[in-house]
Amino acid sequence: MSREPLWEVFIRSRRGLSHVHAGSLHAADAEMALRNARDVYTRRQEGVSIWVVPASAILASSPEEKDAFFDPAADKVYRHPTFYEIPEGVEHL
Amino acid sequence: MMLTFVTSAVTVVDVYGNDFTAPGDEPTAPSASPAGARPEEPASFVALLESEGRVEPRDEMPEGYRKTLVRQIAQHAHSEIIGMQPEGNWISRAPSLRRKAILMAKVQDEAGHGLYLYAAAETLGVDRADLLDQLHSGRQKYSSIFNYPTLTWADVGAIGWLVDGAAIVNQVPLCRCSYGPYARAMVRVCKEESFHQRQGFEILHTLSHGSDAQKAMAQDAVDRYWWPSLMMFGPPDDDSPNSAQSMAWGIKRFSNDDLRQRFIDMTVPQAEALGLTLPDTAIAWNEERGHYDHTPVDFTELFEVIRGNGPCNEQRLSHRVKAHEDGAWVREAAAAYADKQAARQSHEGAA
Repeated sequence: MSREPLWEVFIRSRRGLSHVHAGSLHAADAEMALRNARDVYTRRQEGVSIWVVPASAILASSPEEKDAFFDPAADKVYRHPTFYEIPEGVEHL
Repeated sequence: MMLTFVTSAVTVVDVYGNDFTAPGDEPTAPSASPAGARPEEPASFVALLESEGRVEPRDEMPEGYRKTLVRQIAQHAHSEIIGMQPEGNWISRAPSLRRKAILMAKVQDEAGHGLYLYAAAETLGVDRADLLDQLHSGRQKYSSIFNYPTLTWADVGAIGWLVDGAAIVNQVPLCRCSYGPYARAMVRVCKEESFHQRQGFEILHTLSHGSDAQKAMAQDAVDRYWWPSLMMFGPPDDDSPNSAQSMAWGIKRFSNDDLRQRFIDMTVPQAEALGLTLPDTAIAWNEERGHYDHTPVDFTELFEVIRGNGPCNEQRLSHRVKAHEDGAWVREAAAAYADKQAARQSHEGAA
């Protein structure tokens, strides 16, 4: 077994944008993970902020249950503005 | 089915994102199924491939697809980190501080590329430590190109221009590989490789416009690296048994010969701009084909190098193993520190 657990790395590329998954890496602890993430994923100023999260702390939805899991949204087209009919010529709506 | 003459080591070789064997060596890709038939392939997987969608780590996938990817990505990662050695050899002897800083950045990039790729391989359920074990014990290979020595400073230029140039041609199509994590890693790698290729070109351009001795040094490096660079694309299509399956799975997008031709077409005008010649008198523009003709590559040498008989195979591997062993105390210290911090925190939490 590896003594260095896996960490997932999320990077904010510039202010105003959210953190986005960049990849993963191994490190003995969170602080090392952060320093390694800087060296591996931001050598060319790709980020202004980094999050590292233990991969074991992430719970992911299962691809096998994809259909059932996301099914409740499938029949609610009225949640989209294009569902509604607007008379010709009405603006700013 | 291919006859297996060599049973000891699996000598399937990734060459910077390619995947092929020396003839007579054990084929590890699943034997090709009859055309059109895809037994054992989950319907969701087939549908993804047909719609040009990306396969993600937790999706259902055939075991052969998973194994092929693990092998190819791992060997690609190994190539990146072994590739640090021929260039690392010149860091302390770079001709100026500028060249030295650039070379250090490039070698650091290669380490980074290795890490992106090991991380991509791990999404397929393997452990990086196991992959390194397989490299160190010779069960997995790395690109044969790194078994050639860097005899002069011009070789650093030739590696950047030709070897990284060939790698880019091989790797750009991998940015559209059907396996998401591999494709994403390749996007990062390709962005960084173009700096590598340009710095190599610049080194050769400077030398070829310098003294006669410097120009001769540049020419000598190109003469030695040209044929090995062409071999990086793998054997001709007819002798590349794994290619068809990899194409069907969307791992590979173009044939070895097509990629090699693309590289030659790109490189010939660049050589002219450098004022250097490529060591093949048959190179000539073929109006009808719209490509440069060239002498067919003699692959005898490639297969010898794959089998372990290249100039630097032993040196590269023993250096890698030594570096890994020398670094053991750092890994142990980091783990001990992490354990101590965790124990201290849980003690404080309990108090």
